Amino acid sequence: MKVALFIPCYVDQLYPQVGLATVRVLEKLGVDVVYPEDQTCCGQPMANAGFASDAAPLARRFLEVFGGFEHVVCPSGSCASMVRNHYDALIPGAPGLEAVKRATYELCEFITDVLKIGRIAGRFPRKVGLHQSCHGLRELRLGSSSERLEAPYSKVASLLSSLEGIELVPLARVDECCGFGGTFAVVEEAVSCMMGRDRLADHVKAGAEIVTGTDVSCLMHMDGLARRAKAPLAFRHVAEVLAEAMP
Amino acid sequence: MSDSLPVLRSDGRGHADRAAAFLRDEPHAHWHDQAVWFVRAKRDRAASAVPEWERLREVASRIKAHTQARLADYLEEFERKATAAGATVHWARDADEHNAIVHRILSERGVTRLVKSKSMLTEECHLNPYLEARGIEVTDTDLGERIVQLAKEPPSHIVMPAIHKKKEEIGDLFHEKLGTPEGLSDPTRLTEAARAHLRERFMAAQAGLTGVNFAVAETGGFVVCTNEGNADMGTSLPPIHVACMGVEKIIPRLEDLAVFLRLLARSATGQPCTSYTTHFLGPMRGGELHIVVVDNGRSALLAREQYRRALHCIRCAACMNTCPVYRRSGGYSYTYTIPGPIGIVLATARGVDGHASLPFASSLCGSCDDVCPVKIPLHEEILTGRRDLAERGLQPMSKRLGMRLAALVLRVKLLYLAAGATARFLGRNLPRGVLYARWNPWGRQRELPPMPRETFRQLYRKERRPRV
Ligand code: SF4
Repeated sequence: MKVALFIPCYVDQLYPQVGLATVRVLEKLGVDVVYPEDQTCCGQPMANAGFASDAAPLARRFLEVFGGFEHVVCPSGSCASMVRNHYDALIPGAPGLEAVKRATYELCEFITDVLKIGRIAGRFPRKVGLHQSCHGLRELRLGSSSERLEAPYSKVASLLSSLEGIELVPLARVDECCGFGGTFAVVEEAVSCMMGRDRLADHVKAGAEIVTGTDVSCLMHMDGLARRAKAPLAFRHVAEVLAEAMP
Repeated sequence: MSDSLPVLRSDGRGHADRAAAFLRDEPHAHWHDQAVWFVRAKRDRAASAVPEWERLREVASRIKAHTQARLADYLEEFERKATAAGATVHWARDADEHNAIVHRILSERGVTRLVKSKSMLTEECHLNPYLEARGIEVTDTDLGERIVQLAKEPPSHIVMPAIHKKKEEIGDLFHEKLGTPEGLSDPTRLTEAARAHLRERFMAAQAGLTGVNFAVAETGGFVVCTNEGNADMGTSLPPIHVACMGVEKIIPRLEDLAVFLRLLARSATGQPCTSYTTHFLGPMRGGELHIVVVDNGRSALLAREQYRRALHCIRCAACMNTCPVYRRSGGYSYTYTIPGPIGIVLATARGVDGHASLPFASSLCGSCDDVCPVKIPLHEEILTGRRDLAERGLQPMSKRLGMRLAALVLRVKLLYLAAGATARFLGRNLPRGVLYARWNPWGRQRELPPMPRETFRQLYRKERRPRV
């Protein structure tokens, strides 16, 4: 199976190791990976700030770059959701949009739903806190949200907990937002940082050594707060955890 | 409010500054977060006792959508049935008309002492100051409302109006206003004191005013839900009852209550039902019942498709309780009658002036959408609000230019690569004092991300990949 890698701009620029880990995980699972080099950004920063007309050309560009691939896989729930749930508002009815929307997956979702792999052979003997990033959770439905009364599930937690030796620590607030929120992180700096610190405290109290999640943006925000506060927490994208665990 | 396009002017950093001020007392902000989260947790427990919870939400949302589509018919049916039952129905186009009607009803009957039970609509219309300026003494009889009324403050939450006040603050307030012993902060004793004080007001009142939770078209009756029984006291002691409702309170059938009543109290406070769920149909014997039906911008909202569903709201406040921003910024940071996610949507959609910062007071986490008992897509509507502001040129110039520039750079791969390389180079080489200077709100409380020498695409290419 062949997939096109969609690496969000901030991962490309700031967290290249997360992109590499994504490649490794997919390849170890037997997938052929290609990286279309013309990609830049899906347009989410502009779209979320309300600037639809600035985001639309980037959405169109995305269709040009990724149109024609059967599967597009992204190590970010938020960027995958941008394509699937918000492009309609930006470029309604654009030719090829439906196909690209259908093709685009967040990494753990792709492993679970397309590759139909439920267990990952690997070992990760650490205490891990899972941060459930909001757009992955409530827009892509990677897991059940705590607000909805449905049978609990989490694609990310299932994959992680299949690793040998891992301990997923129980949090007091299992899916509260970390306060990153794109431009929210700077526009509402005070609230954003308090939200992030509250998440950190929850993970520390639960005994986590490592906090993981599907979105580096949230991890970047919490890591920035943790380093400033010298909190004893490390942050790894879920692709990094899986790549490190897989033999 | 007219039907013309809303006027919205910038309020600068508005909410962000007010939130920062609230957070300056961090222990208090933590206390507020936890007090409100406690209610969210209670809601979770109550909702999880109802196996068909998600179906109820879906049905409630559909009933609301159906009713909206035939609102005029249902309102007429309600008027007919209510009138037949002996009530008098009044129609108010806006807040001014509403206030004038209520005042006329009261003054024509020589009423100078009114007891009120909680009604967000009368807050929205600023009824209290209107009546007080015309010589009518208004007593809010809901405990939380009475507290904020005594403190001369607006409510900071739509179900728990005084949630921002600790019991010690309430003790001080009651000491000053009601003469309770100094330093008394025991909630039970404070409540007793309030009750004794309110009882005098109830006994002396000549009319009672209530809000309306649900008005039933097929019967002409309506339902008021409270926990303190104050609406019942206020409507059974004095002979005149004035009930004020927004047009969106209408539901078609009595049996629809079986859906909404199960959702409302559980969502609001985590109770299976409110302590008092009172049905009113016509006046009490020898008394009068006046129902004031208010539009005040609601039909204009109905005409705007992207915001229409905000009118489904049953004012349970669950979206406030779950909102990570509301819990940490307090109700006043919104400076709108209704705070939290639904307040953002209503203020933006209805174009209330001076609230242009509100759509940005959200991390768009979507928790509100999932908690809302009538399934209003709140975070999407907040995003729509941001788009509205941008389209009408109401976002700050610096932001507009910044976004335009970023979009241009990101569209051209070479520019994107050059900009990224430059930023990372500067990030690695500028002195800390410059990087973390005032210009950088990210760095005030956070470290910047790593600034690696190589991008993913460079490393990937090195790793033997064929180019596509
Ligand atoms: S928007 Fe929904 S959750 Fe918020 S107050 Fe209204 S009904 Fe309740």
